[in-house]
This record gives sequence, structure tokens and C-alpha cells, in this order.
Amino acid sequence: MAFFTDPSITIGTKMLEVIYIFMGLMAIYTGVKNLRDKENPSPAGTCIFWSALGIVIAFGRWIPAAANGVIIIIMIIPAILQKVKIGKVSAPTEKEVDGNYKKIGMKIFIPALMIGICAIICALIPSIGALTGCGLGVILSAVILAFYSRDNKPKVFLNDSERLLSSVGPLSMLPMLLASLGAIFTAAGVGDVIAGIVGNVIPAGNVNVGIVVFAIGMMLFTMIMGNAFAAITVMTVGIGAPFVLAYGADPVVVGMVALTCGYCGTLCTPMAANFNIVPVAMLDMKDRMGVIKNQVLPALIMIVVQIVYMIALK
Amino acid sequence: MEYLKLIGILIVIVGFALKKDSILIIACAAVVTALVGGLGVEGLLTTLGQSFVDNRSMAIFIIVMLVTGTLERNGLKQAAADLIGKVKGASAGMVIGLYGVMRMIFAAFNVSFGGVAGFVRPIIMPMATGAVEASGKKPNEEHVEQLKGMASGMENITWFFGQVLFVGGSGALLVQSTLSSLGYETNLLDLATVEIPIGIIALIVGIVYYYLKDKKLTKKYYGSEGGKK
Repeated sequence: MAFFTDPSITIGTKMLEVIYIFMGLMAIYTGVKNLRDKENPSPAGTCIFWSALGIVIAFGRWIPAAANGVIIIIMIIPAILQKVKIGKVSAPTEKEVDGNYKKIGMKIFIPALMIGICAIICALIPSIGALTGCGLGVILSAVILAFYSRDNKPKVFLNDSERLLSSVGPLSMLPMLLASLGAIFTAAGVGDVIAGIVGNVIPAGNVNVGIVVFAIGMMLFTMIMGNAFAAITVMTVGIGAPFVLAYGADPVVVGMVALTCGYCGTLCTPMAANFNIVPVAMLDMKDRMGVIKNQVLPALIMIVVQIVYMIALK
Repeated sequence: MEYLKLIGILIVIVGFALKKDSILIIACAAVVTALVGGLGVEGLLTTLGQSFVDNRSMAIFIIVMLVTGTLERNGLKQAAADLIGKVKGASAGMVIGLYGVMRMIFAAFNVSFGGVAGFVRPIIMPMATGAVEASGKKPNEEHVEQLKGMASGMENITWFFGQVLFVGGSGALLVQSTLSSLGYETNLLDLATVEIPIGIIALIVGIVYYYLKDKKLTKKYYGSEGGKK
């Protein structure tokens, strides 16, 4: 409670903590709903995963770090054992959606865009911030939807979000796990070792060479791993920080554009199966590489553009 | 042995390349790196717990999902289909280009219409082949195959470069937290702003490339006269 009454903490941070508590409760709801779902092939594992995630998100601030660590390990176990499953799916029928669309029409774009608009507005108010803005946008969007149609009751929102959360499954916390891996890499001194090795190859102190290596490294690493999020953590710690940022380059430009350099790699690799191979099947294409072949040229143009952009703005 | 610390990176690269379970790979890499790097079990749990809680912002998509499903239920996809369906008399390449513009704008607001399965297959592809038929030609099989590739490519390019424009997107959040653990503080609005020129260039590159490619293929498969074949 001391947190919420502390006057030195901004209102935005306090509101964000309330949003986290709400998000945590949504995750716990997903866990409990699946536990009681007779159609879920693995109710216990699913419940453990979502409940543990919910506890860390909602109450992590007040739990000692090591205890959070234990809860995260407990959360990871059913995920690794493939025991986090989807239960009964209550997707809307085509008829229901068409009926709703006839009623609401193009006005549906207003609540859809509300979240992004609120995020931008609140980002401009330093005491509130973008993330709290997202949360407020969601509330506003839900209110508008409820205003459009009386069928949009709180229960409908909750169950629709449970359906989406369950369908994304454990991979939903991949970015958080990767960030934690990055923190562990940093704490263990992995970055220093890589910097030592790379330092033997490329001349330290030349920021432009550093940028080229960082950008192309991101692209290649992403192609090998199929995941730019996994690559950005390793590459920023190992190459971006010691060879580019340490010499005064702008972390906003270099740190962020490196990620989209990684996306150029995503466009070129069959490892990113979701984006490049699954569509081939969905569209009944004959050439397994048919999507990638149409992306290689734009990816190559964009990597050059981004290197020039980073060097120009660094 | 300093180099032993790199074993975690090796685990990540090899694990992802062999398509092992992503969470298993990351958990292994974290545990092994912590133990080799001298953090010990307690250090592992503390670092893991602390950074996970610090990075709860990346779970912001959970609250966004509170309305995503209900927006779909209320006809978001149908509205998007009607919006792009208003276009008349465009070539297949132009249909794909227009879809790119629409998708990128909405991606910047973190709004998706269901990806290849939900939108490209049921809406964009019929529109693209419809555009070929409308000009009095019978769609060539090879041409349609390429159109599928181009539509998927546009889908991916605009989503990747559009979503980084969303203030609070998971990519920027990961960059922010990685930089923060290295001692560089950044804010989300700046991270999104710096991507605006890149996003616009990516969109233009996609549109021009697919437009020219479609034009070339049309010439190749149907002849320059544009007549029936």
C-alpha cells in the first residue's frame, strides 16, 4: 500500500501498476478457466503456467526477487513439458460477426485505433507514459464497444481475451524470457568476452565499421535463429554496446534500428516459419521458398538503407 | 576459461537452428550461463526474478487482448475488407500495394486483420486475381503463384516495419530493456519516432518492387497488348 500513497512516484507509474494487477488477474482467470475446462487435455499444467505468470505480473513488485525467480521456474516447467494446452474454443460464428458488422459498420475502426492514439497522447505527457496510455486506450475502446452493442458485456471481453491468450500460449512470454536471458548474459560478463573476440577482428574506435558489423550481424544472426528478438539481446550486449554505443553513438537510433536490421534477416530465412513457410501452405503455393524469394530484394535494399541511416544519424 | 561463458549463446543459436522448443532453449541458456558465469543458483533466481518483473511491460499485449478478440467479434475484419474493396479498376500489383498502405497504417496502431489465413487468403488474393480477370485476361497459374508470394511479402514487410511504429510495441520494449541493462536509458516515443523514415521507405520499396514485378509478369504471361490469350 505504501507504494500507492508514496507522493514521489508518478501517477502514471501507479496506474501502470494497477494495469499490471489487472493483467495478472486476466492471466489467472485464463488458468482457472482452463482448469475447470473438461475439454482441455492438460488442465493442471495449463493452470500452473497461467497462474504463475499472473502472480508475477500482478504482484511481482511486492515479492522478493529470488521468490519471483522460483515462481518463473515453476511457470516454465509445464511450458517445456508441452503441458500448456488450449481448451474449449468459443470463437464467434460467422453469422454473429456479420450481424454485428451490419449494426456497427465502419465505426468499428474508432475503438480499434483508440489504443494506439491513447498511447501516443500519453507518451507526450511524461508523468503518465505510453504504456499507461495503452491501458487507458483499452478501457476506452472497451467502453465504446459496449456502447455500440449491449451484447458486449464484461464476460464477453474476458472470454474473448482468454481465447486469444490461450491460442498464443506460452510463447507469449518469450520476449520477457529473452530480456531476462539478456540480463543474465550481462551479469555473467558474456558481452565482455564477445567484445574481446570481436575486438581482435574489427578496429575498436571506428564507429562506422562498428555499425556495419552490428547491422549485418543482426541480419545474419536472425537468419540463423529465425528470431530477431533472440538476436537483438545477444548482439546489443556483445557488439552494439562495446563497439558502437561506447563511442558515443545515439542509443535510440542504433539500438532501435538494429532491431529492424534483424527483421531484414527474418524476411530471408525459412527459419522464421510462421512468416515465410506457413503462408506457403495456407495459400497452396507450389514453391516452398515462394514467399522468401519475393522478400529478398526488399530486405537487401532495406539493410543498406538502414546502415546509411544509422551512420548519418549516429 | 573465459570463453566458456559463451556457451549460452551457442545453446541459443544451435537450439533455434535445430528448431527445439524456444522456451526450453532460453531456460537452458540462462541456467548454464548463470552457473558457468559464477552467478550460482541464488544469483540465477534473483537475476531472473528481478529482470522478469522489470520487464513486465512486455506483457502489455495481455491487456490489449482484452479488446482484440471482441473487436473481431464485432466485425473489424469485415470492415477492413469493405474498406479495401472500395478500390476499383486497380491492377493486381496495385491491389497488393494498397493493402500494404492499409496494413502499415493499422500496424502502427497495433491492429492486425488476421494475417495470411485471416485476410490475404480470403480477401486480398480474390481481389488480386479478380483484378486480372477484370482486365479481360484469364489468370495465369504462374502469375497467381507469384502474386501469392508478393501478397505474403507485403504482409510481412509492412507488419515488421509498421509495428515498430506503435508506441509500446514489444520490439521497442525489448530494445529499451536491453539498452537499460547496459546503462542507456531511452523512451518509447523516441524509439518509435526514429523508425518512421525507415517504415516509410520500407513501404515504398515494397510497393514499387511489387508493382513493377507484377507489370513485368503481366507482360510476360499475357503479352503487351493485354488482350485475351
